[in-house]
Amino acid sequence: MPAVSKGDGMRGLAVFISDIRNCKSKEAEIKRINKELANIRSKFKGDKALDGYSKKKYVCKLLFIFLLGHDIDFGHMEAVNLLSSNRYTEKQIGYLFISVLVNSNSELIRLINNAIKNDLASRNPTFMGLALHCIANVGSREMAEAFAGEIPKILVAGDTMDSVKQSAALCLLRLYRTSPDLVPMGDWTSRVVHLLNDQHLGVVTAATSLITTLAQKNPEEFKTSVSLAVSRLSRIVTSASTDLQDYTYYFVPAPWLSVKLLRLLQCYPPPEDPAVRGRLTECLETILNKAQEPPKSKKVQHSNAKNAVLFEAISLIIHHDSEPNLLVRACNQLGQFLQHRETNLRYLALESMCTLASSEFSHEAVKTHIETVINALKTERDVSVRQRAVDLLYAMCDRSNAQQIVAEMLNYLETADYSIREEIVLKVAILAEKYAVDYTWYVDTILNLIRIAGDYVSEEVWYRVIQIVINRDDVQGYAAKTVFEALQAPACHENLVKVGGYILGEFGNLIAGDPRSSPLIQFNLLHSKFHLCSVPTRALLLSTYIKFVNLFPEIKTTIQDVLRSDSQLKNADVELQQRAVEYLRLSTIASTDILATVLEEMPPFPERESSILAKLKKKKGPGTVTDLEEIKKERSSDMNGSAEPASVNASAVSTPSPSADLLGLGAAPLTNSAPPPASSGSLLVDVFSDSASAVAPLAPGSDDNFARFVCKNNGVLFENQLLQIGLKSEFRQNLGRMFIFYGNKTSTQFLNFTPTVICSDDLQSNILKCNSICLFFGFCALCSTKVQ
Amino acid sequence: SCGDKQEWKDKGHAASLCLVPVSLCPPTSLSWCRGSAWTQLQGLKSSSLLLFSGPEIHFILLFSRQGKLRLQKWYTTLPEKEKKKITREIVQIILARNQKTSSFVDWKDLKLVYKRYASLYFCCAIEDQDNELLTLEVVHRYVELLDRYFGNVCELDIIFNFEKAYFILDEFIMGGEVQETSKKSAVKAMEDSDMLQETVEEYMNKPAF
Repeated sequence: MPAVSKGDGMRGLAVFISDIRNCKSKEAEIKRINKELANIRSKFKGDKALDGYSKKKYVCKLLFIFLLGHDIDFGHMEAVNLLSSNRYTEKQIGYLFISVLVNSNSELIRLINNAIKNDLASRNPTFMGLALHCIANVGSREMAEAFAGEIPKILVAGDTMDSVKQSAALCLLRLYRTSPDLVPMGDWTSRVVHLLNDQHLGVVTAATSLITTLAQKNPEEFKTSVSLAVSRLSRIVTSASTDLQDYTYYFVPAPWLSVKLLRLLQCYPPPEDPAVRGRLTECLETILNKAQEPPKSKKVQHSNAKNAVLFEAISLIIHHDSEPNLLVRACNQLGQFLQHRETNLRYLALESMCTLASSEFSHEAVKTHIETVINALKTERDVSVRQRAVDLLYAMCDRSNAQQIVAEMLNYLETADYSIREEIVLKVAILAEKYAVDYTWYVDTILNLIRIAGDYVSEEVWYRVIQIVINRDDVQGYAAKTVFEALQAPACHENLVKVGGYILGEFGNLIAGDPRSSPLIQFNLLHSKFHLCSVPTRALLLSTYIKFVNLFPEIKTTIQDVLRSDSQLKNADVELQQRAVEYLRLSTIASTDILATVLEEMPPFPERESSILAKLKKKKGPGTVTDLEEIKKERSSDMNGSAEPASVNASAVSTPSPSADLLGLGAAPLTNSAPPPASSGSLLVDVFSDSASAVAPLAPGSDDNFARFVCKNNGVLFENQLLQIGLKSEFRQNLGRMFIFYGNKTSTQFLNFTPTVICSDDLQSNILKCNSICLFFGFCALCSTKVQ
Repeated sequence: SCGDKQEWKDKGHAASLCLVPVSLCPPTSLSWCRGSAWTQLQGLKSSSLLLFSGPEIHFILLFSRQGKLRLQKWYTTLPEKEKKKITREIVQIILARNQKTSSFVDWKDLKLVYKRYASLYFCCAIEDQDNELLTLEVVHRYVELLDRYFGNVCELDIIFNFEKAYFILDEFIMGGEVQETSKKSAVKAMEDSDMLQETVEEYMNKPAF
């Protein structure tokens, strides 16, 4: 016997639902449903006009069938008819149906909009509420066109009831999200801001949600809301538990409104007015203080609500990033949560701390928790919590703790979920390179990575280790030795064979003196893995063999025998066959001198040395401290059309110290290019000028930003009050890609915005593709340029 | 040699390279864009503009332990096929979680916040930067409202009075934003309309089809 519903219960519906539940199989269910659909169809088509109750019942049945997962292709008309009923329950079902089964038939849309219009004009708050809800649920373009003008008026009209105001605010928000162009700013905006002072907290809540979204794109329009929000928040947070009665949730005063106000404040920088600023700081301190007080209730709802406000407050503190005292307190609070009983709180604390780690004020404070985080990594049972711990370790890593963190991450990698291994591998590789003081450590780390998670070590990672070994004399011997030892493991990953093959091919001579790693032993070791490897690896190994012929003439015949074998010379793979044939020939006919020249040791990868620096060194002699201004001017010509944007990432100007050589992962080895001509393209910062001048100077204020690109691929290139230009570059082997981002910081749209990339002719050919994917994401435009 | 020109692995996430905080970016396997990696890039952080542009709640699903969907409320526009696919995926993910895990799951560029009440799972999908704990309380609030309306609410109530479950939800959340959180005003309209109390006899006299 189904539960009897209240009010005007639909018995036929309850019976139908019962029947469905009693069906023993899927087929039986479908049979029953089809029977019902036929019944309803006939009722709808019948001669007798259906009474309201029946219509409501059948429409509801159709809705139920639809929600079960079956398609419904009729009933819309009847649902629309219900809209014009005067009975609330009938209207309600009509609206529910059309919100769930949205139909794009234009005639239906017209009828629906009509019904909504009538309900909006009815002055009956419950009917108005239903209509507004429907608009908010459907939010279609047609509805926006019909009602976007009217709803702001309802919202700010003096005689609108509170409940209707709430609905109107959120309805307007939905329309704004889906069709922002149809909701222009107007007189109503200042009145909406004033709603923050309303007596009715429900109205304030809805208004805050609305303003938060609107303020993103129209910050000027709503900036007066900041002080109102602060005072409102302050009143809530300091209120006694007997105030706010109805809005107190398990002893927490208006948690939803508090959180929304805190989010609104995150749309703006810290308030300029010192009084407002002071009040906000006080408020945040109160929230932090309350967290230390004993809880007023044991219920989890109380602690969730209280901590929800606390976490949002911490979010705001982090966003402002301006009060060291608050930041440190926030960090300490999160530190306490790191060891809390509840998994949820530990998870959130780890997550929040990640953002704290990057603030200069709190970075040190975050580092003090390293042991706790490492412990979390080892003991947490939920993989998503462990992931947060990894993220936090990565964020808090710096020179002082890099070795420890990398070791822990490697440890974790051994047992990590497969889905997250690649990410961890990359993170370890980035950290190892970034903070390596002793490069033997770096080599060890990467080799460990390959050993533990070889499958997830992408090419960029092992290319990188080879580049670094090639470029650093001091680590070559160590690398050769280590790789040799690693290869002795019975089962080693193919990536290790690749790395080992390459390094031994270049530097095997450094360890050949030791009888345990004599040339023959080295060769046999590599060759023992040969047949287990894929084609690209074998190709690499063949190259190693010919290098061995040059390095170790004493095993030349052994190698030649291998090259000469049928499995090489007649290999099915063209590349392998070609290499075998050519290398064999080379080893036979070339004299030792020629062989030595051809197979000379790989030169250092020139990415390390910017062509600018090379030019300067040539001009002024090596080791001199070069003029910063000159570097910038020259770099400006590089920036915009250079065939090797990576050259911008040269080491710092003064001395080419080892640490400054570190680059972001993925920078490919680039061939030496001619130094860029002095008068290459202009810098694109002067976007609002009409003429594209041949050589434009760096726009004022962007010098510092520009200098930053010495050490990194990404960042803000230029910023003023109107526009922010950011740059992100990625490199892989001989291809580079630069993304230029334009952020519109004003509250109006840019008209006729055309970004242009100008570069000198001789470099033009190197640009593969220049896409202008101009997507106006509200205020962002993207431009991507592929450069070779 | 350029014999095999390296195909640029386009991760298809043009959006992920925007000047927007990571949380809005779909997570890629190479997490260049994810939280901590990006926060290292000081230049972008200092002028980042936060975006609360999506609705707080993207959708709410109620399902039983056998995976039967009891309620589905969507606050963004999606084609039906997509909704079904998402539902299947999420039900699977949540049912696979055990007791010791947290209540939050990263899913695509959203976060799932879920809680089980008796035989029903309540699952909300929120934006990555939304307040997770408060969402747990949104769920609890909803359950409280249902309980107040039905009196000791159980899954059967929601099955047989599904339309009421939607109406109650609507009183409380609109367009994906929490609308009304006072105990008194929520479900007031519903209760007003239910003032017409019918007797069991009246009910049983209605047609059974």
